[in-house]
Amino acid sequence: MISNSQLVNKYFRHSKKFPHIWCPGCGIGTILGNMLRAIDNLAIDKNDIAFVSGIGCTGRAPVYVDFNTLHTTHGRALPFATGLKLARPELNVLVATGDGDATAIGGNHLIHACRRNIDITTIIFNNYIYGMTGGQYSPTTPHGDKAYTCKLGNIERPFNISALVEAAGATFVGRTTSYHTLQLQNIIKKAIQHKGFSVVEVITHCPTTYGRINRRGSAVEMLKWQKEVAVDKSRADKMNPKELEGRIVTGVLIEKELPEFCEQYDTIIEEAQNQAKGKLA
Amino acid sequence: MSKKTSYQLMQGNEAVAEGALASGVSFFAGYPITPSTEIAEILADRLPESGGKFIQMEDEIGSIAAIIGASIGGSKSLTATSGPGFSLMQENLGFACLAEIPLVIVNVMRAGPSTGLPTSPSQGDVMQARWGTHGDHPIIVLTPSSVEEAFHYTTKAVNFSEKYRNPVIVLMDEVIGHMRARVNLPPQSMVERINRVQPNMPPEWYLPYERSANGVAPMASFGDGYRYHITGLVHDAKGFPTANPNEARDNIRGLFAKIERGFREICLVDYELMEDAEHAIVAYGSMVLSARSALEQLRKSGIKVGLIKLGTLWPFPRFALEHYLPQLKTVLVPELNMGQIYREVLRVNAGKSQIEKINRVNGTIIAPDEIVKTVKGMIR
Repeated sequence: MISNSQLVNKYFRHSKKFPHIWCPGCGIGTILGNMLRAIDNLAIDKNDIAFVSGIGCTGRAPVYVDFNTLHTTHGRALPFATGLKLARPELNVLVATGDGDATAIGGNHLIHACRRNIDITTIIFNNYIYGMTGGQYSPTTPHGDKAYTCKLGNIERPFNISALVEAAGATFVGRTTSYHTLQLQNIIKKAIQHKGFSVVEVITHCPTTYGRINRRGSAVEMLKWQKEVAVDKSRADKMNPKELEGRIVTGVLIEKELPEFCEQYDTIIEEAQNQAKGKLA
Repeated sequence: MSKKTSYQLMQGNEAVAEGALASGVSFFAGYPITPSTEIAEILADRLPESGGKFIQMEDEIGSIAAIIGASIGGSKSLTATSGPGFSLMQENLGFACLAEIPLVIVNVMRAGPSTGLPTSPSQGDVMQARWGTHGDHPIIVLTPSSVEEAFHYTTKAVNFSEKYRNPVIVLMDEVIGHMRARVNLPPQSMVERINRVQPNMPPEWYLPYERSANGVAPMASFGDGYRYHITGLVHDAKGFPTANPNEARDNIRGLFAKIERGFREICLVDYELMEDAEHAIVAYGSMVLSARSALEQLRKSGIKVGLIKLGTLWPFPRFALEHYLPQLKTVLVPELNMGQIYREVLRVNAGKSQIEKINRVNGTIIAPDEIVKTVKGMIR
């Protein structure tokens, strides 16, 4: 396995001035690091990777890494990535997006990308809050939890992202946490290898905003919580709904083969060209 | 590939689609909206025939995002919409301005605001095209006034977008979009095609936003071995975000400088009967048709009136007016809005001549007779 210093040397942009913008204890770096390990494990050429993001803390991930990187507008990473993938189907297109970016402002694009089954790997960094703007409630903030726009408790019910994207038609859905780094790396690897639209939901922590206002303790405490509530799918399948209350099921949740969008479009091109030839003849 | 060398009957929207194909557009993303939908329908059929791609997105926000993505991948990209869709595109239009992504938006205008009069003509989006996205930015807006021009201006729009690395808007009113006329289009091989300049230095030397002598930086496509960063944040020459005041200034002023440098080339203006004119009609889009007819009648009654036809609205071709203002007593600006270009004319005029307007916002056009009457009234 690649060492940390090798990883930094190989994938981080030397021309980019560090330090990065993330707070001490933030989970985003862990997820980004394991995405890089997955890519390294698959031995994909850096030129063949496009890494696209939206806005927010997660949106800042691409600037640090040495790929073709595209930092788009809030919620729109997926349609940008869709156009890019159609123009360059040979690229491995990865999208990094947060819970607000992906499921609030970008929710419509997310469900339609799932439905379309275009070969893009989407990693959703779910920390239950809008971190960059200072801790407002997001579509995944648990009911009753606090944020700086719901100090008396959130009265909205949260999205279950993995269930949402499954229902919308994603052909690969994986979920893990930023505590389970090996599983994280493996699921991202499988998601990249999957032909079709894949979503990896990563439960992570924001000690600065969500953690502070909900008195969840330090980053270490929040990681321990992830360890405690996570239950692997193989075990969860044997548990009843009552036992699963408050638990987060992790692992590869959905994996199925359906026709991929770009490949289907290639057959459209072939057919249209044949028809055009027929017209001329 | 169909040969289009002789006269044929064609609709404005169809001419836009033909212009897009002739200028090498290979990607279209869009969302159905009246009165622009024909453009999407035609390109959905025609693009795959030449290996191009079409996608119908979930909304207009996604449509413009997808064409930005495809353009970054190296495809000449275009979308078509109308007022409500154009409103939704504004944020990402700003992204394309700042990140300097070549693309073309065709806005077949309908009467607004809001859902407005969906199938009625209007020229209400002139200022939105200029200032619709937030922040200071330059923009190129072309406006055809005939079906044949819809073809030629679309090819020019694609070429300008590639040359200047800037979004270009084709602002067409519904009259031109849905009007059928006899056109004589050149074969595709005769249409000028400008391609964005690609970097020719080794990747490790490439600075994606370092401007060449012409003010435009070479643009690498993702996947061509030049790994770099594109962002909607204000950035330095490397493309990385910066808050350094000098670098921020260079970024924004550089956007304006490249368009200023191309100002004369970008400004498409035609003059009709202006040599001896004492009065002028300044018109664009469908108002050119009414103005021309009025011109004929007015000349017959001995009134020395000419036409300044604006093919480019932004940057505003102020020289077109400045040149003639000393000889003009009156200038009339007929528009299917409350007077959006009229204000520009006033600004350039700076009190030299008498400037009048006719405005119409009820979904109908301004007829030639009304122009004739107004000009006669102004002279009296």
